Amino acid sequence: MHMPLEDNLGLNLLAANQHRADHNRAHFDAWNLLCLNVMSSPGAGKTSLLERSLAALSSRWAMAVLEGDMTTLLDAERLGAVGIPVVPITTGRACHLDAAMVSGGLKLLQQRLDPAELDLLWVENVGNLVCPAEFAIGEHRKVALLSVTEGDDKPLKYPVMFREADCVLITKVDLLPHLPVDVERIETHIRQVNPHTAVFRLSATSGEGFDAWHDWLGTQLNAVQSPPALIHA
Amino acid sequence: MTRCLLLSMHEWKQQHAPRRPRVNRVHLEVGTFTCVEPDQLVVTWSDAVKGTWLDGSELVIETVPLVGRCVRCQATYNPDPADGFHSPCCQHPMEEIVSGRELRIRSVAYGFETATPPPTASCPTPAC
Repeated sequence: MHMPLEDNLGLNLLAANQHRADHNRAHFDAWNLLCLNVMSSPGAGKTSLLERSLAALSSRWAMAVLEGDMTTLLDAERLGAVGIPVVPITTGRACHLDAAMVSGGLKLLQQRLDPAELDLLWVENVGNLVCPAEFAIGEHRKVALLSVTEGDDKPLKYPVMFREADCVLITKVDLLPHLPVDVERIETHIRQVNPHTAVFRLSATSGEGFDAWHDWLGTQLNAVQSPPALIHA
Repeated sequence: MTRCLLLSMHEWKQQHAPRRPRVNRVHLEVGTFTCVEPDQLVVTWSDAVKGTWLDGSELVIETVPLVGRCVRCQATYNPDPADGFHSPCCQHPMEEIVSGRELRIRSVAYGFETATPPPTASCPTPAC
């Protein structure tokens, strides 16, 4: 027997994760670096994007990668070959990274280097267009990828991901001549759920669009870092 | 998501320590513009709480519809994926969301085990 009581909480269901994410963010700010959460479906080209961007930007900015993967170290090994510090985070059965997993990755990263020496920390999330959109990890910016091979309807089918993204990268555009896909329609659908997000069209194979994407990164870095990022010698 | 809910409930329980609440019902508000499927959450909840301090509790989910506000004319509307989420009044993209992003524990119904009253001392007076 017990007296019936009721607590009106109004508590965010993800409050526990958000507290962790806020803690991570405080570290990122103290280290004066920009943290990006890179998300997409499996196979959209996250790792290829990072390979190309890391190689192109490593002379300008000090960078590291937290590499989320469910079971393997394959992507971490690919990125490690670029010569950038990579910390793998295997999530097991979890289909997304959460703030606690990223916190664990940061502790491993700190064993290898001083994060305060970094300009840019990339977090490659697990391939999934659903759950990663809801779980903050403390990032400054969310970047979503959508490859042209996935079709133009994905922004409407998975709207939360594209609504949350600060930047959407339409990837594999070198394949457009071979596909019955209207890239203008993809971009229209993205803007229907997120009118103000930045959108770039890229090909990691040809390099198309990477200059504009890297310029956007530089703008975000300057907005986060204080004083503004210096170009490393 | 179930794990996050369990963590939040654990934090709530700590607030009542050392008393041990017995939870009857957890009431959630879940927006339709989230990544949560309410039916699936109810199923995983009932599995996850078996054998725990939350065993026997009911998860009740109130769905909150997606409502947008057209930034051109300020009218509210229900964005429809089939129509590209745009406002029917001005055909404007979905810019402002009024509701539908909720992921909230609204309330917890619970009780405390009441202590068994101590046995009344027998009266030494035979007449009683």
